[in-house]
Amino acid sequence: MNLGSHGGNCGHSCCLRIADLSVKIGSDMILENISLHAHCGEMIAIIGPNGAGKSTLLKAILGQQESTGVISFAIPGQRNRKLTIGYVPQSPTFDPGDPVTVADLFACCMSKRPAFLGISKKMKEKIEECLERVHGEELINKRVGTLSGGELQRVLLALALEPLPNILILDEPLSGVDVEGMSMLMDMLDEIRQVYDLSILMTTHDFSTLETYADHVILLDRAVLCQGTPSEVLNSKEFQTVFHRKGGTQ
Amino acid sequence: MSIWYAFWDMLPFEMFHWNFMKNALLAVLLMAPLFGILSTNIVTGKMSFFSDALGHSAFTGIAIGAILGIAAPTVVAVIFSVLFSLLFSFVRAKSNHAADTLIGVFSSTAVALGIFIATYGGGSFTKYNQYLIGDILSVTSLELLLLFFVLIGVLVFWLFASNKMTLTSIYPQLASSRGVPVHLTQTIFTTLIAVVVTLSISWVGLLILNSLLVLPAATSRNIAKNTKQYHGYSVLIALIASIIGLCISYYLGTSAGASISLVLGIFFMISFLFRKVGG
Repeated sequence: MNLGSHGGNCGHSCCLRIADLSVKIGSDMILENISLHAHCGEMIAIIGPNGAGKSTLLKAILGQQESTGVISFAIPGQRNRKLTIGYVPQSPTFDPGDPVTVADLFACCMSKRPAFLGISKKMKEKIEECLERVHGEELINKRVGTLSGGELQRVLLALALEPLPNILILDEPLSGVDVEGMSMLMDMLDEIRQVYDLSILMTTHDFSTLETYADHVILLDRAVLCQGTPSEVLNSKEFQTVFHRKGGTQ
Repeated sequence: MSIWYAFWDMLPFEMFHWNFMKNALLAVLLMAPLFGILSTNIVTGKMSFFSDALGHSAFTGIAIGAILGIAAPTVVAVIFSVLFSLLFSFVRAKSNHAADTLIGVFSSTAVALGIFIATYGGGSFTKYNQYLIGDILSVTSLELLLLFFVLIGVLVFWLFASNKMTLTSIYPQLASSRGVPVHLTQTIFTTLIAVVVTLSISWVGLLILNSLLVLPAATSRNIAKNTKQYHGYSVLIALIASIIGLCISYYLGTSAGASISLVLGIFFMISFLFRKVGG
């Protein structure tokens, strides 16, 4: 796969382009000729049935999955700028018995100093700063295994925002989050994309939030079946076919 | 060593006037932090059954070394254990079986092979008994030096890689997205366990070795609030239990390894009663 810059000729401040991206594992074609185009400040939702290749697409963009095609990123006037991606993987099930606090998790990701020697004052201040971005300062000393679904997503989001990325990629951020937590998280993502002017690419099974928050929706089932504004996709023939035939719910 | 010997001669502890007890004390003081540190990630990474299997493979390595006529079968055992752990990691990555099934497969096959080799041609198993129970009083100055270097090696590795290992154990997807070489980190860690387990088997014994690799961290988890306390308590618990266990074994004439394990078991029970529920 070719990861590089392009001319940024779409007229927007910056953009991410994916062209003809395909993923083949063994003889199985997981993704075929995916093309998409995201501008800074945009929120793009990828929807599709289970096994559609949504997570694989995210991994291909992250470079964790071998793929063919072109992924390019551009900011006008800044040629060959390195693309920084913030990634929130699917939520893990942390063991509540693990004595790993939110601060420990941050230190393990961001600090060279081993967490078992304790967290320096400077690092603690930095962690607090990161958590402030997601209004989660009070979570710093909680064990990661005891966080609620929404709290965990906020912590992982704070981690993905350090260093500040150009694109934020979230894999099913709403799964395991209650309704209240869901709107809080989506409001937060909305705020983040505006404040930091970054593109957000997320997979989701929750269609209720699409109309309010997403700028662009992509319906994926190994290939892009349909894309457009939330209402265009949700009212499309392809959406009806995929989700009604396969028993998906709204 | 002479300073160490002279130091204990000056103190009024009769049991530490014997050179073999001075050696044994030094051995447990070197081994306890080693086990205390390693056990944190064995428990967090849910690898306790795996470290047990490594102990079994070490025994097989010793049997192979013995039949090849090598004077110190430990070298062969270390090589065999490392190969065993690498082969296990490879098969685990390529297979759909659950880790515990594969560990069962590897562990039982390794033990069967060890006993097969040990008893080949009507050989007696008795000479291998020392590896089942272990004898810490038999530790030599050279072995203590070796243990010292292994401890230094583990400490250095821990300083550089413990953050990566914690992340790999609790959240591999995040680890790899942050540029942590997940497979390499796991492989180095399993190799380290293989080396430590194999070296310790003649002092601690195959049957109880795993308790030293699991109990310190398992006990610490009951009371620790964060990673710093988790590591600190684990090492401290291993050290205190080792010293108490060694003293018990001297006065009651019991096996040192078993006495240490029992003290660790009691510590676990106590910590369980005072455990932190939730976070």
